[in-house]
Amino acid sequence: MNWTWFHRFGSAPYMYGFAQRWTPWFGGAALLLMLLGLYGGLVLAPPDYQQKDAYRIIYVHAPVASLSLMIYTAMAVAAAVGLIWRMKVAHAAAAASAPIGAWITVATLVTGSLWGKPMWGAYWVWDPRLTSELFLLFLYFGYMGLRAAIEDPQKADKASAVLAIVGVVNVPIIKYSVNWWNSLHQPATRLLGKADMVWSMVWPLLTMFLAFMLFFAAVLLIRLRAELLRRERGASWVREVLS
Amino acid sequence: MFFMIVATLFPLTLTPELSRLRDAAPGVLWIGALLSSLLALEFLFRDDAVDGTLEQFALSGQSLTWMLFAKTCTHWLLTGLPLALSAPLAALALGVPVAALGSMIAALALGSFALSLVGAICAGLTLGARRGGVLLSLLTLPLSVPILVFGSDATRHAIAGTEIAGPMYMLGAIAVLGVTLAPLAAAAAVRIGLE
Repeated sequence: MNWTWFHRFGSAPYMYGFAQRWTPWFGGAALLLMLLGLYGGLVLAPPDYQQKDAYRIIYVHAPVASLSLMIYTAMAVAAAVGLIWRMKVAHAAAAASAPIGAWITVATLVTGSLWGKPMWGAYWVWDPRLTSELFLLFLYFGYMGLRAAIEDPQKADKASAVLAIVGVVNVPIIKYSVNWWNSLHQPATRLLGKADMVWSMVWPLLTMFLAFMLFFAAVLLIRLRAELLRRERGASWVREVLS
Repeated sequence: MFFMIVATLFPLTLTPELSRLRDAAPGVLWIGALLSSLLALEFLFRDDAVDGTLEQFALSGQSLTWMLFAKTCTHWLLTGLPLALSAPLAALALGVPVAALGSMIAALALGSFALSLVGAICAGLTLGARRGGVLLSLLTLPLSVPILVFGSDATRHAIAGTEIAGPMYMLGAIAVLGVTLAPLAAAAAVRIGLE
């Protein structure tokens, strides 16, 4: 097994070209799968026996909720890679994912409260799941705030990387908060094996999970290109690419 | 001092009724502890960074991790411990029964130690930043949530006269985790700040 192909991702011009080539593929696949998943979820899937049609927001809420945690983890891994192997591209990727993660977390909170209104009778309850998700948003804010407040870009990279890694301790707390505490939020639904849902409800959900991940990949690549251009604005490859 | 003022502001703004204050007491005490620890954190490394002491620490050849751990412990002895010891005065004024005071002091002492450790990381990170004070609160607050949850839970159990071992164990576990990992992270953060 030859591992050297991996090293090319450490080079900013190669990564820029890679992002440019793959963005339409990820974006297109995300769009197709999202349309498919929405059709399956909103039209084909049967109504829930308890929540009737109101449960259908799960097709947006559950994927963005899991994505909000996944992005934080990915950001922390990228930050750790940048810190340990001093890869500038990894720092750029971490910086590019933070605002996406913050918006996805906002989307989770908004769709969740829209779902909470008909089910619990309130947009917001002080429940462990909701509160910990809100603190995830504050973590993203802290990360972006720290990055913005340090002028030297290399220092900002390293300091925010340490913060991202320290903040990872909150990820399992959020993930398992519904199982650890008695919570108003429903526990995680089993999708495969001994599933809690019928297959016609499950496949659109899985499709939407995949669609949102691809969506994140596409947006990340776009933001990463902008971030690389901004960071390497003095470099000769930028002049070649833009001319 | 700040802690006492915060604690006395609650009866003025909330309600002077002792029975209702007693329900609010865990929250009041812990929010007060958190705010005063945040205020003190700003001075944990700042002065030493300005006059170059931190640089001398880093260059001394001794382990920066141990130095910062010692510094954080000293900081806690001068801020957290006095806070925990002076808390009974505020607690009695809020209607907390005398029997609960001992376990409340223990919970506050343990919790404020954990807060100091978490805060040391964030104080180190904000060394190189502009407007460090605001940022320091933004970074520290989300990370200190577990400490507040278990700390106020322990205090609530103490006031109700029930077993406080469960939340105290969790608080202890957080403090141990902080002792093992926070000095390492703080040293890394300070090194970045000094570069």
